[in-house]
Amino acid sequence: MRARGLLLVLLVIALAGCATRPVGVRGTGDLGVVIERASGSVQIVDNTQRTSLARVTGLGDLSHAAAVYSRDERYAFVFGRDGGLTKLDLLEARIVARTVQSGNSIGGAISQDGRLVAVANYEPGGVKIFDAETLALLSEVPSTPGPDGKGAKVVGIADAPGNRFVFSLFEAGEIWVVDASDPRQPKTTRFQNVGKQPYDALITPDGRYYIAGLFGEDGLALVDLWNAGKGATRILDGYGRGAEKLPVYKMPHLRGWAMAGGYAFLPAIGRNEVLVVDARDWKQVGAIPVHGQPVFVMARPDGRQVWVNFAFPANDTVQVIDVASLKLIESLKPGRTVLHMEFTARGDEVWISARDDDRLVVYDTATFARRAELPAQSPSGIFFTWRAHRIGL
Amino acid sequence: MLVAAAGTHAGDLSATREAELVRLVRQDCGSCHGMTLRGGLGPPLTPAALADKPSPMLAATILHGRPGTAMPPWRPFLTDREADWIVVQLKRGLGDAR
Repeated sequence: MRARGLLLVLLVIALAGCATRPVGVRGTGDLGVVIERASGSVQIVDNTQRTSLARVTGLGDLSHAAAVYSRDERYAFVFGRDGGLTKLDLLEARIVARTVQSGNSIGGAISQDGRLVAVANYEPGGVKIFDAETLALLSEVPSTPGPDGKGAKVVGIADAPGNRFVFSLFEAGEIWVVDASDPRQPKTTRFQNVGKQPYDALITPDGRYYIAGLFGEDGLALVDLWNAGKGATRILDGYGRGAEKLPVYKMPHLRGWAMAGGYAFLPAIGRNEVLVVDARDWKQVGAIPVHGQPVFVMARPDGRQVWVNFAFPANDTVQVIDVASLKLIESLKPGRTVLHMEFTARGDEVWISARDDDRLVVYDTATFARRAELPAQSPSGIFFTWRAHRIGL
Repeated sequence: MLVAAAGTHAGDLSATREAELVRLVRQDCGSCHGMTLRGGLGPPLTPAALADKPSPMLAATILHGRPGTAMPPWRPFLTDREADWIVVQLKRGLGDAR
């Protein structure tokens, strides 16, 4: 007992020492945050050591949440379901600024220059633009009303070169490009009638093509930002060829875009398929049958593999597509209710959240061996700091 | 089934099943309606939001979905009785998921 007491005292002294000099000198390039969706907390993790460094609480309702990073990779901006926008210091493991900026939010983006954070809101529908340093509100872009008279919900927000933010309006069926070079006087360009119920979107890694998935019809809407005057065009029109859709128990997420080997890999809505599209002309090349309805379809950073997870009730499985052969090469069972996957910066490993087993599982992407398991409370999104330097993330 | 039904009168849901349903509503309905059921891509399912909606209509919406919207039919996973039970719970305010 006495020895343990002494140990405790020493530990307290050691921790007190840490408090004055939080983590010593270290980089943040191999850090990340893991959303713990039910408890309003995040873990700060290290993907080299495969460990959790800290848990930060008090981020509100994170039942749907996403994060973007400051360009110095020190700060995460976490977007919560309840409209909460939280700026988190990864090194000091603490909240440095927080605002509840709407009643219901879906996500956000950081500008090319790193000075602006935009949040996409459901209620009231629209986008708000904040100073990334202080989280002071700079301007608001309310959305146009949908058929129900309320401001349309904003989905699929992404940053584009030129300090622009691009997003879609679910009920209104529009894509908007907001130029925030003057963040207090943003200029909006609207693309109307792009298709029924855009539910999420992606922007290609070069920031050129913005592609919105449509829930209300088989197809996707594409805006070429290099030729925005041409308006939105339809791609993969009628990809289901009229076949009846399966019920959709979870909306796919397009933001985990997968561009690999000259193809784009996209989740089919209401079908147990991954669509393969030629990224030069946006024509469909094929459809790969998979275990369930895809939610995230994500390319390993080198583009050789595409990893897919699935909607309820097929959400205990992750499958891997080999891009060279366009064939499934692996099926994994990381745990119950797989919600997200995140590759390390160069893709040697992937972290997977298994919500109902309260754990994170780390796989080697070459051998598919399990490298580590970490406990986490109802984990959902995993966001590593390499996102700081990718357009559209 | 027999063991689960013991001690309750015929047709009641087992405590285990009730807990599963609460979890299903919070986590899977919550994908669109929000884990706190205050709404997301789908409308809120709070007692206030549902107060003026007839229970049979709500149960039918759960079982059959709403064509033309993102609401899918949950028939493959739920019995009539379970849908009715969920409606009662939603109107009352759903217990915490465990």
